[in-house]
Amino acid sequence: MDFLGKFPAMSRGELKDFKKSVDSGFSEFTGEYGEAIELFFDPLLWFLVWFEKLLLATPWPIILLIVGALAWAGSRSMKIAVGAVLAFIAIGYFGMWKDTMSTLAIVSVATLICIAIGIPLGILMARSKYAQILVTPLLDIMQTIPAFVYLIPVVMLLGIGKVPGLIAVCIYALPPIVRLTNLGIRLVSKEALEAADAFGASYRQRLFGVQIPLALPNIFAGINQTIMMALSMVVIASMIGVAGLGVPVLRSISNQYLALGLLNGLAIVALAIIFDRVTQEYGKRLQKHRHGDHS
Amino acid sequence: MSDIAISIKGLYKIFCKHPKKVLKYAKDGMSKADLLDKHNHVLGLKDINIDIPAHQIFVIMGLSGSGKSTLIRHINRLIEPTDGKIDIYGEDVLSMSKSELREFRRHKISMVFQKFGLHVHKTVAENVAYGLVVQGIPLNKAKKDSHKWLERVGLDGFEDYYPAQLSGGMQQRVGLARALATDADILLMDEAFSALDPLIRSDMQDILLTLQQELKKTIVFITHDLDEALKIGDSIAILRDGEVIQQGNPQEIILKPNDDYIIDFIQHINRGRVIRIKSIMQKGNTVDGPSFHQHDVLEDVLPGVADSQNHKANVVDDNNNIVGSIDLKEIALAIAKPAVEKISDTTYR
Repeated sequence: MDFLGKFPAMSRGELKDFKKSVDSGFSEFTGEYGEAIELFFDPLLWFLVWFEKLLLATPWPIILLIVGALAWAGSRSMKIAVGAVLAFIAIGYFGMWKDTMSTLAIVSVATLICIAIGIPLGILMARSKYAQILVTPLLDIMQTIPAFVYLIPVVMLLGIGKVPGLIAVCIYALPPIVRLTNLGIRLVSKEALEAADAFGASYRQRLFGVQIPLALPNIFAGINQTIMMALSMVVIASMIGVAGLGVPVLRSISNQYLALGLLNGLAIVALAIIFDRVTQEYGKRLQKHRHGDHS
Repeated sequence: MSDIAISIKGLYKIFCKHPKKVLKYAKDGMSKADLLDKHNHVLGLKDINIDIPAHQIFVIMGLSGSGKSTLIRHINRLIEPTDGKIDIYGEDVLSMSKSELREFRRHKISMVFQKFGLHVHKTVAENVAYGLVVQGIPLNKAKKDSHKWLERVGLDGFEDYYPAQLSGGMQQRVGLARALATDADILLMDEAFSALDPLIRSDMQDILLTLQQELKKTIVFITHDLDEALKIGDSIAILRDGEVIQQGNPQEIILKPNDDYIIDFIQHINRGRVIRIKSIMQKGNTVDGPSFHQHDVLEDVLPGVADSQNHKANVVDDNNNIVGSIDLKEIALAIAKPAVEKISDTTYR
């Protein structure tokens, strides 16, 4: 009866030993390779710092101009461009300019990294059944495991600072672009590919001439999702020393500053909406050729 | 008669995981249904032997599931055969390496697809230039070089449209221009006009025939439509359950069908509009009466023969030499439907 009443778990001592050995094993790994890994990420840190400084050093009217121009170039909508500029003016007026620039820097760099890793990975998954079987559960883990859990080894390895923050953001934001690149390429019509084959297209000609262009709307939806998820990680990243809008939010949680929290939270929302509308409009423009007079 | 462009010998295709294992059953003559029942393998093609003459339109006809689309894809090796041999102008297609095969597809053979297979993200001009771009020609030059084919199919002025903005018939003209632009001698057309409505289809057939008179390509044309096969085919092969059941020119197939399946097929054909008087004439005979050209169809000569005094007429060739004769009774018999014993008993359906 006792066997059914209590789950036959490891004894406390065994469990303790198990945890200890994992912890010490990882500590040893950190001691051994921590510095080398840090060195490996140095260029990334350098780039991030450089980009942040650039944003901060640029006079605010020029930033406003660039924001407006980029919003217009992406969306071709006056409403969205003006809205973006107004949102940035409000952000500056409420004293959040510096934090916003820091957040912009980390989100942009994280997005670039995710694109650089995610699109080739998505292509690989679309091409190989085994890559798909291998990578899919990994993406599931990355998306569902609580961020705090992977913060632990990252911080153990790299300490507190921008780079571990960036890595945490990337882990969370990478899956959508990989998934949607894979999906987009798999959805390319068989007829279009067969035609490419019949005319003797090489693998590269097939990939760059047919598969990627036809998958582009989906890839773009993936980039949009990646940006959104990177933005949503800003507060958590600030817990391990990433500057930006997350820092004041964190401060207002511990001190119950309602106004401060609300303002910075709304600034994150404003950034998210601007990014989302601009990339979505751009994505729609990419699909224009699909809707002709007859369809 | 003329050179053989494509020679297919003993071609088998079995769809499954271990085709080689079941190949011997198929070679021993096991039927498609038995193979599926007993070994769970789909027999796609069975012992296909076809010689396709150069510079003609060769039609492969069959209903859906007969293996015709599978067969045409073997010619440019979009599908790998289980067994057999395919020679194109003496070159063994199946022994080509990947890069040889690419070069072969780029220069020697091109294809038109049932669902057009256009690249929807490219303009009409870019689609037509595609074959040349794949060959390595820069896009602008390729567009310029391929422009005449755009004109030939009547799409001048539509260069910058996207395929989605065109009707089905126009899209397929893009497909045809794209296939012609590489100057390949062999043109594979997989139910190229089947997705179009009847009037447009007839237009497209006329465009193809006009182009063919000048270009003299070797065209392999797949269709499930007998009228289409008879209209454009110089020779026809009929495919059923992955086997060729009759090969010949259109006249032979209508006048001497060698199978119930084919008889059923040709039931609904307007024979008077298809059969030429040359096919039914008494050779070498000369009669007292009017003369008709040997390629005239029965329907056209019927009134003339009926009006003539003794219901007879002469058949003449291009130089007006008499090559034979026909009479009213022969015409009437040829127009009458062939006798079919209880069509409901046929088993192939």
